[in-house]
Amino acid sequence: MRDRDDQDRSGPGFSRRDFLRGSAAAATATAMATQGTEETAAANVKANVFAAAAQNVTLNVNGKDHTVKVEPRVTLLHVLRNDLNLTGCKEVDERSADGADTVMIDGKAVLAGSRLAIECEGKKILTVESLRSGEKVDEVISGFVKHDAMQCGFCTPGFVVATRVFLNKNPKASLAEIRKGLGGNICRCGTYQGITQCALELAKGGK
Amino acid sequence: MRPFEYARPQSEGEALDLLNDHDANTAILAGGTDLISLLQEDLQVPQRVVDIKNVDSMQAITADGTGVIVGALTTLEDIAEHPMLADYRSLLDVVDGTRSIQVQSMGTLGGDLCHLPNCWYFRNGYGLLGLEDGESLVASGDNRYHAVLGNQGPAKFVSASRFAPALIAWGAEVRVIGPEPTADEWLPLEQFFVTPKVQSQGISVLEPGQMISHVRLPDAQALVSSTYEVLQLEGLDWPLASAAATLDLDGGVVREARIVMGHVAPTPWTAHEAGQSLVGLPVDEETAGRAGEIAVAEATPLSGNAYKVQLARTAVKRALLGAVDKLEGAL
Repeated sequence: MRDRDDQDRSGPGFSRRDFLRGSAAAATATAMATQGTEETAAANVKANVFAAAAQNVTLNVNGKDHTVKVEPRVTLLHVLRNDLNLTGCKEVDERSADGADTVMIDGKAVLAGSRLAIECEGKKILTVESLRSGEKVDEVISGFVKHDAMQCGFCTPGFVVATRVFLNKNPKASLAEIRKGLGGNICRCGTYQGITQCALELAKGGK
Repeated sequence: MRPFEYARPQSEGEALDLLNDHDANTAILAGGTDLISLLQEDLQVPQRVVDIKNVDSMQAITADGTGVIVGALTTLEDIAEHPMLADYRSLLDVVDGTRSIQVQSMGTLGGDLCHLPNCWYFRNGYGLLGLEDGESLVASGDNRYHAVLGNQGPAKFVSASRFAPALIAWGAEVRVIGPEPTADEWLPLEQFFVTPKVQSQGISVLEPGQMISHVRLPDAQALVSSTYEVLQLEGLDWPLASAAATLDLDGGVVREARIVMGHVAPTPWTAHEAGQSLVGLPVDEETAGRAGEIAVAEATPLSGNAYKVQLARTAVKRALLGAVDKLEGAL
Protein backbone atom coordinates (compact mmCIF):
# COMPACT_ATOMS: atom_id res chain seq x y z
CA MET A 1 0.00 0.00 0.00
CA ARG A 2 2.93 2.25 0.66
CA ASP A 3 3.44 2.99 -3.02
CA ARG A 4 -0.03 4.42 -3.32
CA ASP A 5 -0.04 6.28 -0.04
CA ASP A 6 2.94 8.39 -0.98
CA GLN A 7 2.12 8.72 -4.65
CA ASP A 8 1.74 12.46 -4.37
CA ARG A 9 5.24 12.85 -3.01
CA SER A 10 7.15 15.01 -5.47
CA GLY A 11 9.65 12.96 -7.42
CA PRO A 12 12.85 13.85 -9.23
CA GLY A 13 11.07 14.17 -12.59
CA PHE A 14 13.19 16.15 -15.00
CA SER A 15 16.10 18.12 -13.65
CA ARG A 16 16.78 21.52 -15.14
CA ARG A 17 20.03 20.20 -16.58
CA ASP A 18 18.36 17.30 -18.35
CA PHE A 19 15.78 19.68 -19.72
CA LEU A 20 18.40 22.05 -21.16
CA ARG A 21 20.46 19.20 -22.59
CA GLY A 22 17.39 17.73 -24.24
CA SER A 23 16.14 21.08 -25.54
CA ALA A 24 19.21 21.48 -27.72
CA ALA A 25 18.76 18.03 -29.21
CA ALA A 26 15.13 18.69 -29.93
CA ALA A 27 15.76 22.09 -31.49
CA THR A 28 15.93 20.71 -35.02
CA ALA A 29 12.70 18.86 -34.64
CA THR A 30 11.01 21.97 -33.30
CA ALA A 31 12.21 24.00 -36.26
CA MET A 32 10.67 21.51 -38.67
CA ALA A 33 7.33 21.21 -37.01
CA THR A 34 5.79 23.49 -34.45
CA GLN A 35 5.22 21.50 -31.29
CA GLY A 36 3.83 22.19 -27.86
CA THR A 37 6.26 22.50 -24.92
CA GLU A 38 5.05 19.22 -23.48
CA GLU A 39 5.76 17.29 -26.66
CA THR A 40 9.23 18.81 -26.92
CA ALA A 41 10.04 17.68 -23.39
CA ALA A 42 8.82 14.19 -24.22
CA ALA A 43 11.11 14.01 -27.24
CA ASN A 44 14.12 14.66 -24.96
CA VAL A 45 13.91 11.31 -23.26
CA LYS A 46 16.40 8.74 -24.49
CA ALA A 47 15.13 5.61 -26.13
CA ASN A 48 14.14 2.83 -23.74
CA VAL A 49 13.73 5.29 -20.84
CA PHE A 50 10.38 5.68 -19.12
CA ALA A 51 9.64 8.77 -17.03
CA ALA A 52 8.96 8.52 -13.30
CA ALA A 53 5.38 9.65 -13.82
CA ALA A 54 2.34 7.39 -14.06
CA GLN A 55 1.99 5.90 -17.52
CA ASN A 56 0.23 3.10 -19.33
CA VAL A 57 1.65 -0.34 -18.66
CA THR A 58 0.15 -3.36 -20.40
CA LEU A 59 0.35 -6.66 -18.59
CA ASN A 60 -0.76 -10.06 -19.81
CA VAL A 61 -2.36 -11.61 -16.74
CA ASN A 62 -4.15 -14.97 -16.80
CA GLY A 63 -4.32 -14.87 -20.59
CA LYS A 64 -5.73 -11.35 -20.96
CA ASP A 65 -4.05 -8.01 -21.63
CA HIS A 66 -4.74 -5.34 -19.03
CA THR A 67 -3.58 -1.74 -19.35
CA VAL A 68 -3.09 0.15 -16.10
CA LYS A 69 -1.72 3.61 -15.45
CA VAL A 70 1.06 3.32 -12.87
CA GLU A 71 4.46 4.79 -12.03
CA PRO A 72 7.56 2.67 -12.66
CA ARG A 73 8.04 2.27 -8.91
CA VAL A 74 4.82 0.29 -8.47
CA THR A 75 5.36 -3.43 -7.97
CA LEU A 76 3.57 -6.17 -9.85
CA LEU A 77 2.08 -7.29 -6.53
CA HIS A 78 0.40 -3.91 -6.04
CA VAL A 79 -0.97 -3.80 -9.58
CA LEU A 80 -2.38 -7.31 -9.27
CA ARG A 81 -4.03 -6.58 -5.95
CA ASN A 82 -5.03 -2.93 -6.27
CA ASP A 83 -5.73 -2.44 -9.98
CA LEU A 84 -6.71 -5.89 -11.22
CA ASN A 85 -8.45 -7.06 -8.06
CA LEU A 86 -6.49 -10.32 -8.09
CA THR A 87 -6.00 -10.57 -4.37
CA GLY A 88 -4.75 -14.16 -4.24
CA CYS A 89 -1.12 -13.12 -3.96
CA LYS A 90 -0.43 -11.56 -0.60
CA GLU A 91 1.87 -8.94 0.82
CA VAL A 92 3.34 -10.25 4.03
CA ASP A 93 6.64 -8.43 4.35
CA GLU A 94 8.34 -6.00 2.02
CA ARG A 95 11.46 -8.10 1.66
CA SER A 96 9.44 -10.89 0.05
CA ALA A 97 11.09 -13.46 2.26
CA ASP A 98 7.91 -15.45 2.74
CA GLY A 99 6.73 -16.49 -0.74
CA ALA A 100 3.11 -15.42 -0.19
CA ASP A 101 3.38 -13.19 -3.27
CA THR A 102 4.44 -16.02 -5.60
CA VAL A 103 3.06 -15.85 -9.15
CA MET A 104 4.09 -17.58 -12.38
CA ILE A 105 5.89 -15.51 -14.99
CA ASP A 106 6.69 -17.36 -18.21
CA GLY A 107 6.34 -20.59 -16.25
CA LYS A 108 8.75 -19.64 -13.43
CA ALA A 109 7.89 -18.99 -9.81
CA VAL A 110 8.47 -15.29 -9.18
CA LEU A 111 7.89 -13.04 -6.18
CA ALA A 112 5.46 -10.37 -7.40
CA GLY A 113 6.55 -8.01 -4.62
CA SER A 114 10.12 -8.08 -5.94
CA ARG A 115 9.18 -7.21 -9.52
CA LEU A 116 8.20 -3.81 -10.82
CA ALA A 117 5.00 -3.94 -12.86
CA ILE A 118 6.71 -2.18 -15.76
CA GLU A 119 9.38 -4.92 -15.81
CA CYS A 120 6.72 -7.49 -16.61
CA GLU A 121 5.46 -6.01 -19.88
CA GLY A 122 5.46 -8.66 -22.59
CA LYS A 123 5.55 -11.55 -20.08
CA LYS A 124 2.88 -14.13 -19.46
CA ILE A 125 1.78 -13.70 -15.86
CA LEU A 126 -0.38 -16.33 -14.17
CA THR A 127 -1.76 -15.86 -10.67
CA VAL A 128 -3.35 -18.40 -8.34
CA GLU A 129 -6.71 -17.33 -9.77
CA SER A 130 -5.71 -18.96 -13.07
CA LEU A 131 -5.72 -22.39 -11.39
CA ARG A 132 -9.51 -22.39 -11.27
CA SER A 133 -11.99 -22.08 -14.09
CA GLY A 134 -15.62 -22.48 -13.17
CA GLU A 135 -16.04 -25.70 -11.21
CA LYS A 136 -12.72 -27.08 -12.39
CA VAL A 137 -9.82 -26.54 -10.00
CA ASP A 138 -6.18 -27.51 -10.31
CA GLU A 139 -5.30 -30.75 -8.54
CA VAL A 140 -2.87 -28.85 -6.30
CA ILE A 141 -5.80 -26.89 -4.89
CA SER A 142 -7.95 -30.00 -4.37
CA GLY A 143 -4.88 -31.70 -2.87
CA PHE A 144 -4.47 -28.85 -0.35
CA VAL A 145 -8.11 -29.30 0.65
CA LYS A 146 -7.79 -33.08 0.92
CA HIS A 147 -4.63 -32.90 3.06
CA ASP A 148 -5.88 -30.04 5.22
CA ALA A 149 -2.87 -28.00 4.14
CA MET A 150 -4.03 -24.65 5.49
CA GLN A 151 -5.04 -22.94 8.66
CA CYS A 152 -5.32 -19.18 8.46
CA GLY A 153 -4.90 -19.47 4.69
CA PHE A 154 -2.84 -16.33 4.18
CA CYS A 155 0.24 -18.13 2.81
CA THR A 156 -1.84 -20.69 0.92
CA PRO A 157 -2.17 -19.04 -2.55
CA GLY A 158 1.61 -18.47 -2.72
CA PHE A 159 2.20 -22.04 -1.59
CA VAL A 160 -0.23 -23.37 -4.20
CA VAL A 161 1.49 -21.50 -7.03
CA ALA A 162 4.96 -22.55 -5.83
CA THR A 163 3.79 -26.18 -5.55
CA ARG A 164 2.31 -26.04 -9.06
CA VAL A 165 5.55 -24.66 -10.57
CA PHE A 166 7.69 -27.08 -8.57
CA LEU A 167 5.67 -30.11 -9.67
CA ASN A 168 5.62 -28.95 -13.29
CA LYS A 169 9.39 -29.10 -13.25
CA ASN A 170 9.84 -32.05 -10.86
CA PRO A 171 6.83 -34.29 -11.56
CA LYS A 172 8.35 -37.25 -9.68
CA ALA A 173 9.97 -35.43 -6.77
CA SER A 174 10.87 -37.19 -3.51
CA LEU A 175 9.84 -35.89 -0.10
CA ALA A 176 13.32 -34.46 0.48
CA GLU A 177 13.23 -32.67 -2.87
CA ILE A 178 9.78 -31.29 -2.13
CA ARG A 179 10.87 -29.91 1.24
CA LYS A 180 13.86 -28.26 -0.36
CA GLY A 181 11.95 -26.99 -3.38
CA LEU A 182 9.22 -25.34 -1.32
CA GLY A 183 11.69 -23.80 1.13
CA GLY A 184 10.95 -20.32 -0.22
CA ASN A 185 7.45 -20.33 1.24
CA ILE A 186 6.72 -19.85 4.91
CA CYS A 187 3.58 -20.85 6.81
CA ARG A 188 3.38 -19.35 10.29
CA CYS A 189 0.63 -21.79 11.22
CA GLY A 190 2.98 -24.66 10.41
CA THR A 191 0.87 -26.63 7.95
CA TYR A 192 3.96 -27.99 6.20
CA GLN A 193 2.99 -31.60 6.83
CA GLY A 194 -0.23 -31.28 4.82
CA ILE A 195 1.46 -29.31 2.05
CA THR A 196 4.32 -31.76 1.58
CA GLN A 197 1.91 -34.71 1.72
CA CYS A 198 -0.22 -33.10 -0.98
CA ALA A 199 2.84 -32.53 -3.19
CA LEU A 200 4.14 -36.04 -2.51
CA GLU A 201 0.83 -37.64 -3.45
CA LEU A 202 0.74 -35.72 -6.73
CA ALA A 203 4.38 -36.61 -7.41
CA LYS A 204 3.70 -40.29 -6.75
CA GLY A 205 0.75 -40.15 -9.09
CA GLY A 206 3.27 -39.02 -11.68
CA LYS A 207 1.02 -36.14 -12.66
CA MET B 1 9.54 3.66 -2.75
CA ARG B 2 10.40 7.07 -4.14
CA PRO B 3 9.65 7.81 -7.78
CA PHE B 4 12.33 6.97 -10.33
CA GLU B 5 12.72 6.69 -14.07
CA TYR B 6 12.86 3.20 -15.49
CA ALA B 7 15.16 2.23 -18.35
CA ARG B 8 15.33 -0.95 -20.36
CA PRO B 9 18.62 -1.02 -22.35
CA GLN B 10 19.28 -3.70 -24.96
CA SER B 11 23.09 -3.72 -24.94
CA GLU B 12 26.02 -3.29 -22.53
CA GLY B 13 26.96 0.05 -24.08
CA GLU B 14 23.44 1.40 -23.84
CA ALA B 15 23.19 0.19 -20.23
CA LEU B 16 26.38 2.07 -19.31
CA ASP B 17 25.17 5.20 -21.09
CA LEU B 18 21.89 5.09 -19.17
CA LEU B 19 23.63 4.34 -15.86
CA ASN B 20 25.83 7.40 -16.17
CA ASP B 21 23.08 9.99 -16.57
CA HIS B 22 21.96 11.91 -13.47
CA ASP B 23 25.58 11.99 -12.21
CA ALA B 24 25.36 8.19 -12.05
CA ASN B 25 22.74 8.37 -9.30
CA THR B 26 21.23 5.27 -10.85
CA ALA B 27 20.67 1.69 -9.78
CA ILE B 28 21.07 -1.59 -11.64
CA LEU B 29 18.08 -3.92 -11.62
CA ALA B 30 18.59 -7.59 -12.47
CA GLY B 31 16.70 -10.24 -10.46
CA GLY B 32 15.39 -7.64 -8.03
CA THR B 33 15.71 -9.84 -4.96
CA ASP B 34 17.95 -7.24 -3.27
CA LEU B 35 17.33 -3.95 -5.09
CA ILE B 36 13.56 -3.80 -4.68
CA SER B 37 13.79 -4.10 -0.91
CA LEU B 38 16.59 -1.51 -0.81
CA LEU B 39 14.31 0.86 -2.74
CA GLN B 40 11.35 0.07 -0.51
CA GLU B 41 13.37 0.93 2.58
CA ASP B 42 14.78 4.13 0.98
CA LEU B 43 18.28 2.69 1.44
CA GLN B 44 18.88 3.54 -2.19
CA VAL B 45 17.19 6.54 -3.77
CA PRO B 46 18.24 6.49 -7.44
CA GLN B 47 16.86 8.88 -10.04
CA ARG B 48 16.76 6.05 -12.54
CA VAL B 49 16.55 2.27 -12.29
CA VAL B 50 18.27 0.54 -15.19
CA ASP B 51 16.79 -2.90 -15.84
CA ILE B 52 19.58 -4.87 -17.55
CA LYS B 53 17.63 -8.10 -18.04
CA ASN B 54 17.30 -7.52 -21.80
CA VAL B 55 21.06 -7.29 -22.42
CA ASP B 56 21.56 -10.54 -24.33
CA SER B 57 25.37 -10.58 -24.16
CA MET B 58 25.15 -10.93 -20.37
CA GLN B 59 22.86 -13.97 -20.44
CA ALA B 60 25.09 -16.48 -22.16
CA ILE B 61 27.37 -19.21 -20.84
CA THR B 62 30.19 -19.93 -23.30
CA ALA B 63 33.43 -21.92 -23.35
CA ASP B 64 36.56 -20.52 -24.98
CA GLY B 65 38.96 -23.48 -24.67
CA THR B 66 40.66 -22.22 -21.49
CA GLY B 67 37.59 -21.83 -19.35
CA VAL B 68 33.93 -20.92 -19.13
CA ILE B 69 32.56 -17.39 -19.35
CA VAL B 70 29.33 -16.93 -17.45
CA GLY B 71 27.10 -13.90 -18.08
CA ALA B 72 26.28 -11.87 -14.98
CA LEU B 73 22.56 -12.33 -15.66
CA THR B 74 22.79 -16.11 -15.43
CA THR B 75 20.21 -17.23 -12.88
CA LEU B 76 20.84 -19.74 -10.12
CA GLU B 77 18.57 -22.17 -11.96
CA ASP B 78 20.66 -21.79 -15.15
CA ILE B 79 23.85 -22.44 -13.19
CA ALA B 80 22.42 -25.66 -11.76
CA GLU B 81 21.28 -26.93 -15.16
CA HIS B 82 23.97 -25.84 -17.61
CA PRO B 83 26.17 -28.73 -18.83
CA MET B 84 29.25 -26.51 -19.05
CA LEU B 85 29.06 -25.87 -15.30
CA ALA B 86 28.45 -29.47 -14.24
CA ASP B 87 32.08 -29.95 -13.16
CA TYR B 88 32.07 -26.91 -10.84
CA ARG B 89 30.36 -28.69 -7.99
CA SER B 90 30.99 -25.99 -5.40
CA LEU B 91 28.74 -23.67 -7.43
CA LEU B 92 25.99 -26.29 -7.65
CA ASP B 93 26.21 -26.77 -3.87
CA VAL B 94 25.39 -23.08 -3.44
CA VAL B 95 22.32 -23.29 -5.68
CA ASP B 96 21.20 -26.39 -3.80
CA GLY B 97 21.54 -24.57 -0.47
CA THR B 98 19.29 -21.72 -1.58
CA ARG B 99 16.17 -23.87 -1.18
CA SER B 100 13.76 -21.48 -2.86
CA ILE B 101 12.59 -21.98 -6.41
CA GLN B 102 11.64 -18.30 -6.48
CA VAL B 103 15.15 -17.08 -5.65
CA GLN B 104 16.65 -19.72 -7.93
CA SER B 105 14.68 -18.50 -10.93
CA MET B 106 15.00 -14.77 -10.16
CA GLY B 107 18.46 -14.39 -8.60
CA THR B 108 21.47 -13.77 -10.84
CA LEU B 109 25.18 -14.45 -10.46
CA GLY B 110 26.10 -10.77 -10.83
CA GLY B 111 23.42 -9.81 -8.34
CA ASP B 112 24.79 -12.27 -5.81
CA LEU B 113 28.27 -10.75 -6.09
CA CYS B 114 26.82 -7.24 -5.62
CA HIS B 115 24.31 -8.17 -2.91
CA LEU B 116 24.56 -5.68 -0.09
CA PRO B 117 25.07 -6.96 3.45
CA ASN B 118 22.14 -8.27 5.43
CA CYS B 119 23.48 -6.59 8.58
CA TRP B 120 20.39 -5.34 10.38
CA TYR B 121 22.00 -2.02 11.27
CA PHE B 122 22.63 -1.39 7.58
CA ARG B 123 19.13 -2.52 6.62
CA ASN B 124 17.68 -0.15 9.21
CA GLY B 125 19.45 2.90 7.88
CA TYR B 126 22.67 3.13 9.93
CA GLY B 127 24.93 2.64 6.92
CA LEU B 128 27.31 -0.17 6.05
CA LEU B 129 29.38 0.53 9.16
CA GLY B 130 26.37 0.69 11.47
CA LEU B 131 27.37 3.95 13.12
CA GLU B 132 25.41 6.25 15.38
CA ASP B 133 27.16 9.43 16.58
CA GLY B 134 30.40 7.90 15.30
CA GLU B 135 30.06 4.85 17.54
CA SER B 136 29.67 1.33 16.19
CA LEU B 137 26.23 0.00 17.00
CA VAL B 138 27.48 -3.43 15.96
CA ALA B 139 30.29 -3.65 18.52
CA SER B 140 28.03 -2.70 21.42
CA GLY B 141 24.81 -4.18 20.08
CA ASP B 142 23.42 -7.42 18.72
CA ASN B 143 26.21 -8.83 16.57
CA ARG B 144 25.29 -12.48 16.52
CA TYR B 145 25.42 -12.65 12.71
CA HIS B 146 28.41 -10.34 12.22
CA ALA B 147 32.06 -10.82 11.34
CA VAL B 148 34.53 -12.95 13.26
CA LEU B 149 37.46 -12.22 10.92
CA GLY B 150 38.64 -8.96 9.39
CA ASN B 151 36.46 -7.09 11.87
CA GLN B 152 39.08 -4.92 13.58
CA GLY B 153 38.24 -1.87 11.46
CA PRO B 154 34.92 -0.06 11.46
CA ALA B 155 33.26 -2.59 9.09
CA LYS B 156 31.80 -5.50 11.01
CA PHE B 157 29.13 -6.77 8.60
CA VAL B 158 29.61 -10.00 6.69
CA SER B 159 29.78 -10.25 2.92
CA ALA B 160 26.41 -11.53 1.70
CA SER B 161 27.64 -13.22 -1.48
CA ARG B 162 27.02 -16.96 -1.49
CA PHE B 163 28.86 -17.66 -4.74
CA ALA B 164 31.99 -15.61 -4.09
CA PRO B 165 33.77 -18.17 -1.85
CA ALA B 166 33.31 -20.93 -4.44
CA LEU B 167 34.24 -18.67 -7.35
CA ILE B 168 37.38 -17.34 -5.64
CA ALA B 169 38.43 -20.88 -4.70
CA TRP B 170 38.15 -21.67 -8.42
CA GLY B 171 40.33 -18.65 -9.26
CA ALA B 172 37.51 -16.85 -11.08
CA GLU B 173 37.90 -13.46 -12.71
CA VAL B 174 35.26 -10.82 -13.12
CA ARG B 175 34.73 -8.41 -16.01
CA VAL B 176 33.95 -4.89 -14.87
CA ILE B 177 32.62 -2.50 -17.51
CA GLY B 178 32.11 1.27 -17.50
CA PRO B 179 31.77 4.05 -16.69
CA GLU B 180 32.79 4.91 -20.26
CA PRO B 181 30.77 2.82 -22.74
CA THR B 182 33.90 1.09 -24.05
CA ALA B 183 35.79 0.61 -20.75
CA ASP B 184 36.24 -2.98 -19.66
CA GLU B 185 38.65 -4.75 -17.38
CA TRP B 186 39.11 -8.30 -16.14
CA LEU B 187 40.27 -8.64 -12.56
CA PRO B 188 40.59 -11.55 -10.12
CA LEU B 189 37.33 -11.81 -8.19
CA GLU B 190 39.32 -11.82 -4.95
CA GLN B 191 40.37 -8.22 -5.72
CA PHE B 192 36.79 -7.16 -6.45
CA PHE B 193 35.69 -7.04 -2.82
CA VAL B 194 36.84 -4.32 -0.44
CA THR B 195 36.31 -3.65 3.24
CA PRO B 196 35.00 -0.09 3.60
CA LYS B 197 36.84 2.16 6.04
CA VAL B 198 34.37 5.03 5.86
CA GLN B 199 30.59 5.08 5.58
CA SER B 200 30.58 6.32 1.96
CA GLN B 201 32.64 3.42 0.60
CA GLY B 202 30.97 0.40 -0.94
CA ILE B 203 31.63 -3.31 -0.61
CA SER B 204 33.49 -3.64 -3.91
CA VAL B 205 35.72 -1.76 -6.33
CA LEU B 206 32.68 -0.86 -8.44
CA GLU B 207 32.34 2.90 -8.91
CA PRO B 208 29.01 4.53 -9.76
CA GLY B 209 28.20 3.82 -13.39
CA GLN B 210 30.17 0.55 -13.50
CA MET B 211 28.84 -2.98 -13.46
CA ILE B 212 29.83 -6.63 -13.67
CA SER B 213 29.12 -8.13 -17.08
CA HIS B 214 30.72 -11.58 -16.92
CA VAL B 215 32.51 -14.02 -14.66
CA ARG B 216 35.21 -16.27 -16.02
CA LEU B 217 36.05 -19.67 -14.57
CA PRO B 218 39.29 -21.45 -15.48
CA ASP B 219 38.95 -24.90 -17.04
CA ALA B 220 37.76 -27.37 -14.41
CA GLN B 221 40.31 -29.98 -15.59
CA ALA B 222 40.37 -32.72 -12.98
CA LEU B 223 40.00 -30.37 -10.01
CA VAL B 224 37.37 -31.20 -7.39
CA SER B 225 35.38 -28.73 -5.33
CA SER B 226 32.65 -28.35 -2.76
CA THR B 227 30.85 -25.68 -0.75
CA TYR B 228 29.48 -26.25 2.74
CA GLU B 229 27.00 -23.72 4.09
CA VAL B 230 25.94 -23.79 7.74
CA LEU B 231 22.21 -23.08 7.60
CA GLN B 232 20.08 -22.60 10.68
CA LEU B 233 16.72 -23.17 9.04
CA GLU B 234 15.45 -25.75 6.59
CA GLY B 235 13.96 -23.17 4.21
CA LEU B 236 15.29 -20.04 2.53
CA ASP B 237 17.92 -18.49 4.77
CA TRP B 238 21.35 -16.92 4.71
CA PRO B 239 24.26 -19.09 5.84
CA LEU B 240 25.67 -18.40 9.30
CA ALA B 241 29.05 -19.37 7.88
CA SER B 242 30.23 -21.14 4.76
CA ALA B 243 33.38 -22.48 3.18
CA ALA B 244 34.33 -23.49 -0.34
CA ALA B 245 37.28 -25.64 -1.32
CA THR B 246 38.85 -26.41 -4.68
CA LEU B 247 41.44 -29.18 -4.68
CA ASP B 248 44.08 -30.30 -7.11
CA LEU B 249 44.75 -33.93 -6.21
CA ASP B 250 47.53 -36.24 -7.35
CA GLY B 251 46.62 -39.84 -6.58
CA GLY B 252 44.61 -38.83 -3.53
CA VAL B 253 47.30 -36.47 -2.23
CA VAL B 254 46.79 -32.70 -2.31
CA ARG B 255 48.93 -30.79 -4.80
CA GLU B 256 47.14 -27.51 -4.20
CA ALA B 257 44.16 -26.54 -2.04
CA ARG B 258 42.27 -23.27 -2.14
CA ILE B 259 39.88 -22.60 0.73
CA VAL B 260 37.65 -19.53 0.99
CA MET B 261 35.16 -18.81 3.77
CA GLY B 262 31.95 -16.81 3.40
CA HIS B 263 29.73 -14.89 5.82
CA VAL B 264 32.54 -14.61 8.38
CA ALA B 265 34.15 -11.30 7.33
CA PRO B 266 33.25 -8.11 5.39
CA THR B 267 34.72 -9.80 2.30
CA PRO B 268 35.03 -13.43 1.26
CA TRP B 269 37.95 -14.70 3.38
CA THR B 270 40.69 -16.79 1.82
CA ALA B 271 42.40 -19.20 4.21
CA HIS B 272 45.84 -19.44 2.55
CA GLU B 273 47.62 -21.22 5.41
CA ALA B 274 44.83 -23.73 5.85
CA GLY B 275 45.17 -24.59 2.16
CA GLN B 276 48.94 -24.94 2.44
CA SER B 277 48.62 -27.23 5.45
CA LEU B 278 47.09 -29.87 3.19
CA VAL B 279 49.80 -29.94 0.52
CA GLY B 280 51.31 -33.41 0.24
CA LEU B 281 48.63 -34.99 2.41
CA PRO B 282 45.43 -36.87 1.73
CA VAL B 283 42.15 -35.18 2.73
CA ASP B 284 40.62 -37.04 5.64
CA GLU B 285 38.88 -36.15 8.90
CA GLU B 286 42.17 -35.40 10.60
CA THR B 287 43.81 -33.23 7.94
CA ALA B 288 40.54 -31.46 7.09
CA GLY B 289 39.85 -30.81 10.77
CA ARG B 290 43.33 -29.34 11.20
CA ALA B 291 42.82 -27.09 8.15
CA GLY B 292 39.62 -25.87 9.80
CA GLU B 293 41.53 -25.03 12.98
CA ILE B 294 44.12 -23.09 11.01
CA ALA B 295 41.46 -21.24 9.01
CA VAL B 296 39.94 -19.70 12.14
CA ALA B 297 43.11 -19.35 14.22
CA GLU B 298 43.13 -15.56 13.77
CA ALA B 299 39.44 -15.09 14.53
CA THR B 300 38.45 -12.16 16.75
CA PRO B 301 34.79 -12.74 17.58
CA LEU B 302 32.61 -9.89 18.79
CA SER B 303 30.61 -9.96 22.03
CA GLY B 304 27.86 -12.22 20.73
CA ASN B 305 29.22 -14.34 17.90
CA ALA B 306 31.95 -16.60 19.25
CA TYR B 307 29.82 -19.55 18.13
CA LYS B 308 30.52 -18.59 14.52
CA VAL B 309 34.19 -19.50 14.92
CA GLN B 310 33.20 -23.09 15.54
CA LEU B 311 30.76 -22.98 12.59
CA ALA B 312 33.43 -21.63 10.23
CA ARG B 313 35.92 -24.26 11.38
CA THR B 314 33.42 -27.01 10.74
CA ALA B 315 32.38 -25.52 7.40
CA VAL B 316 36.02 -25.66 6.22
CA LYS B 317 36.37 -29.25 7.35
CA ARG B 318 33.14 -30.33 5.70
CA ALA B 319 33.84 -28.47 2.46
CA LEU B 320 37.16 -30.31 2.21
CA LEU B 321 35.61 -33.68 2.98
CA GLY B 322 32.77 -32.93 0.58
CA ALA B 323 35.21 -32.22 -2.23
CA VAL B 324 36.67 -35.74 -1.87
CA ASP B 325 33.26 -37.37 -1.26
CA LYS B 326 34.02 -38.25 2.34
CA LEU B 327 31.38 -36.05 3.95
CA GLU B 328 28.82 -38.81 4.41
CA GLY B 329 28.94 -39.95 8.01
CA ALA B 330 31.71 -37.50 8.97
CA LEU B 331 31.29 -35.21 11.98
